[in-house]
Parts: sequence; C-alpha cells; structure tokens
Amino acid sequence: MKIVVLVKDVPDTYGERTLNLETGLAERDKSDRVIDEIVERGLEFAISFAEQNEGTEVIALSMATEQSSATIRKALAMGADRAVLVVDEALHGADITLTAQVLAAALSHIGFDLIVAGDQSTDGVGGVIPAAIAELLDIPQLTRLASIELSPDRVSGPRTSERVTLTLTAPLPAIVSVTERFAEPRFANFKGIMAAKKKPFEVLSLSELNATIDVMSAPRSIMTNIVAKPPRQAGVKVVADGDTAQHLVEFLKKNQLV
Amino acid sequence: MSKNVLVLLDVDPGGKLAKSCAGLLGGAAKLGEPVALIVGHAEHTDALAAAAAELGATRVLLAEGDPTAFVTPVVDALVAAAGVTNPIAVLGAQSDQGKEALARFAMRTGAGVAIDAVDVSADAEGVVAHHSTYGGAYTVTSSVTFGVPVITVRQGALEARGEKQPLVVEKLLVEPSKRKSAVIEGVEISDAPKTSRPELRGAAKVISGGRGLGSAEKFGLVEQLADALGAAVGASRAAVDAGFVPQSFQVGQTGVQVAPQLYIALGISGAIQHKAGMQTSKTIVAINTDDTAPIFDIADYGVVGDVFTVVPQLIAALKDSAV
Repeated sequence: MKIVVLVKDVPDTYGERTLNLETGLAERDKSDRVIDEIVERGLEFAISFAEQNEGTEVIALSMATEQSSATIRKALAMGADRAVLVVDEALHGADITLTAQVLAAALSHIGFDLIVAGDQSTDGVGGVIPAAIAELLDIPQLTRLASIELSPDRVSGPRTSERVTLTLTAPLPAIVSVTERFAEPRFANFKGIMAAKKKPFEVLSLSELNATIDVMSAPRSIMTNIVAKPPRQAGVKVVADGDTAQHLVEFLKKNQLV
Repeated sequence: MSKNVLVLLDVDPGGKLAKSCAGLLGGAAKLGEPVALIVGHAEHTDALAAAAAELGATRVLLAEGDPTAFVTPVVDALVAAAGVTNPIAVLGAQSDQGKEALARFAMRTGAGVAIDAVDVSADAEGVVAHHSTYGGAYTVTSSVTFGVPVITVRQGALEARGEKQPLVVEKLLVEPSKRKSAVIEGVEISDAPKTSRPELRGAAKVISGGRGLGSAEKFGLVEQLADALGAAVGASRAAVDAGFVPQSFQVGQTGVQVAPQLYIALGISGAIQHKAGMQTSKTIVAINTDDTAPIFDIADYGVVGDVFTVVPQLIAALKDSAV
C-alpha cells in the first residue's frame, strides 16, 4: 500500500505571523516554520499503519519553497519513508486552484492508494484542498474524519459536523482528511532524525511533473489590496479591590453591553 | 448580461435553513440578484424555499441528488444551476457543507476561488472578496483574474440582509456527473444541545476561561458568568489541553475565531495563539492575577485580581443592577 501524506509548512501559531504589505505574501523568514500540527496527526496515522502492515510505503509530499526542506524533513524523522517537494518559481503566491492542480499532478506522478491530509491548515484555514484534489483526480473524498478504518482495498470513517455524523466508505484509491480528534503525533527521536538524513528526498520542478499546468491561462484568485490592522491599544487596568465588580458593571452598562 | 448571483444554501439538521443563509443572500443582493440553490431535503423544500424568498432570493432552484453519495451531487447541482443562471458570482458558506462543494465546483468549471471572505462588494472591475487573515491582523481584498468568482463566506460575518422577494420556485434538472464519491453508509443526528446558552460561533457575548481556572470543576465559574450575561462559553487552548472543556470550546487560531461585542477573558494569559481568535472583539475585558499577562495589552478593561474573588462579586453586582 502506498500512502501519500500532504505536508504543509506553516508559520508557528505560537509566534507572531506577518504578511508582506507590498506583495501580500507570508513572510516566511520572519517566523519559525513548522509542519502544521494537523498534518502531524495525519502522518502519525500513516506511520502507525505502516508499522502494523508490512509493505506499506509512506511518502510525504509538499509544495513549498526550497527553504522548507528542513521542515519537510521532519516528516522523515517521524517515520515517513521518503519525501517529495515541489518547488518552482512560477508557484510563488499560488492560489487554491493552482495549489490543488500542482498537488494533483504530483500525486499522479508519485502514484498512491490513499492520500492523507489535514482538514485545514492553521495559516490558510480554507479547508478545501483535499476536496479540490478529489475533484481533479476523480477519486472519492472522505474528509474531516474523526477516525480511519483502512483495509487493503477500502477506507471508511465517521465525519462529524456539528450534530450530524456521517459514516463514509469508499474503495481505494481515495483521499481522506483528519481532524484534531486524531491521536497526538509522536516526537521525532534522535534515531529518527539521524535516519531521516539517509532517506530519499526528491525536489521536483513543475516541468518534471509531466503536467500541463499553465499558470497564466486559468482564472486565478489574486490579492488586490492588503492593510495591516493597527495594533489594539490597552485601555484601563485596575488592581482588584472591593469596588471592582461595581465599576466593571458600570463599564459594561456605559458600553451597552448589559 | 445576467445579474444573477448563485447562492448555495446550507440546511441544518432540523431541516431549516442554516443561520448562514441570511447573510449569504444579503451579501448576494449587494452584488446582483440572489438565486438560491437548495440540494436534497425533499420533505422540507416548500418551507425552505419560502424561507429563502423571505431572506431575499429572487428565484429558488430545487435539486435532488443521490442521498447516499457524499458531496458530488451538490457539485453536480451547482454545475446545473450555473448552466441555467449564468451567474456573475457563486457564493456559499465557509461551512463543512458548503466549502467543499464550492471548491469542487470551481475545479470542475475552472473558476477562481476566494475562501473565507468576511464581506463581498462590487466595483467597476467586478466582484471583490474581503478577507480577515491571521486572526484579524490583516484585511485583504481579492478578486479573480477573469471568469466567475466562487466565494465562500465566513459564517456570521456578513451583516447585509436582503429584502423579502415573491416566491419563485423551479425544479432543477441535474445530470449526474458519475464522479467517484464516497458512500454515506449511515447518518446519525445527535439531539440538539439542551443548553440555552448561545453557540460560540457568532455569539454577541463570549466568556472564556483559561488555565487559571485550575480544574474542570472550577471552570463552572466561567459558565456561571456566561449565564448571568446570556453569553457563550469559550476556552483557551491551555484550558482545552488541560481537559477542563472539550476542544469545541477552543477560541484561537486552531479553534473557533470569534468577534463578539463583548469578550471576557478569565484566567487567560493571552498567548498569540489565543489572541488570533478573539482580538477583533469590540470590547475586551480581562481578569488575571498576573499583571504582566499579554492579554492586558489588548484589553479595554483589565482587572488584576483573582477570578475566584472578582467573578462571584461581578455576578452578584450584575444581579443587583438588574433589579
């Protein structure tokens, strides 16, 4: 079984994240880059499945910049067998359509039985890439699953949205996405980090994907304007005393909040 | 040229239009003539269509599809609806139901996609989507280079409302695409929560608790204040990770993003991860024992003190003031 995990490198949500006000693009060097934590849960699923099922290959696939290699390598340290990174100048600032097209082309290039993704990233928060890939590759989508049951030819799992739980099932090949209800990922240990250095790490450009993706000819979503919100100013700060509650109620009343 | 704006409407588990529909149809009315699309729910379509017209739909298209196929029937219906309406834009909710179908529709028809818009507008060059990114730190506008924009709209973000329209209903003929889809083997609908508390997403007031609450039992204090104010209950990631409340309560970059009129943070230090989910709130009140907590940097009213002392007094004072 060949499992491809879609890996996204994102700015760490524990730090400050900035956008360049001239290009509108994320300032990658201004924040710590990490594998998106939801992706790590997907990796954990794939790697533990591989540990229990001989003959399973786990491939980490990402579309990013060359600098993201270090982040993607962490997937190898966790236990993925090899990594494929698509890097191309023409993909700078790619929108959802282009991203999905490139990932779909890379997936066809690699080959797969199951694609595993996170349900949505912490930076883009769109949550539509897995569905877009399913459409482009014409494979069943089982997105936002709370757990996965995987057999050699079938994948199933529950998807909960607010009060509705759907039980989804499909023959392979298929794409699944995982939610935060999946198990916490393992830490990459020293042995894993050392082993990762010897694992295959392939960097591909668009032309090497054998795909006919014309970046300019399809409609693209483009950013037309960007404004940074002025930082919020602190208001009053008081040390609690006997009258605090009373003053707070007056404050809420004055602002018509009670 | 058509002025139709195709709007995919979500239906809630009770068979009513989802809360997002009012804003979607209101937003569509700013751009042109809202045409609503409802897929499935055959047993409720009369009431759903009437509700859509009430919210501003000039036409309501009703489509049926294989109820056991996941997502693809909705995409097929969108394709058919776009075929008969020739829309200038396609809108839907940034919801579990809406966003995936819209993204797939865009892939299939080769349209540009704008995700998680908080507003829409039209200028001389066409339809513009407005976004609030990185937890409200940036306001961004986007448009598509050409073609019909497909826009998903953040739930509860659109304040525009449409005017009631006369009911015009059409059955939509949909040619199934035979795209491979997952099969829905089972559907389970859990009971509506018994709580009378408002839902976190879209609530006008939110009271959140953090690690400072200390335990799941003591987190009850947050709920008491929420009930005294008619507010929804939220939590910081630290409180969720400590097991005080389920993950669905989490406010922050990896949880729900809220922008209520009033946000009260109890025992929350204000990590960037948390601030990204609430810093666009109109008024922020913070109570924390640590006077260096970063939450105070963005609070309109900060109280340095123990939540277990201040909050019970506040609840009592609120009761007194209500009399």
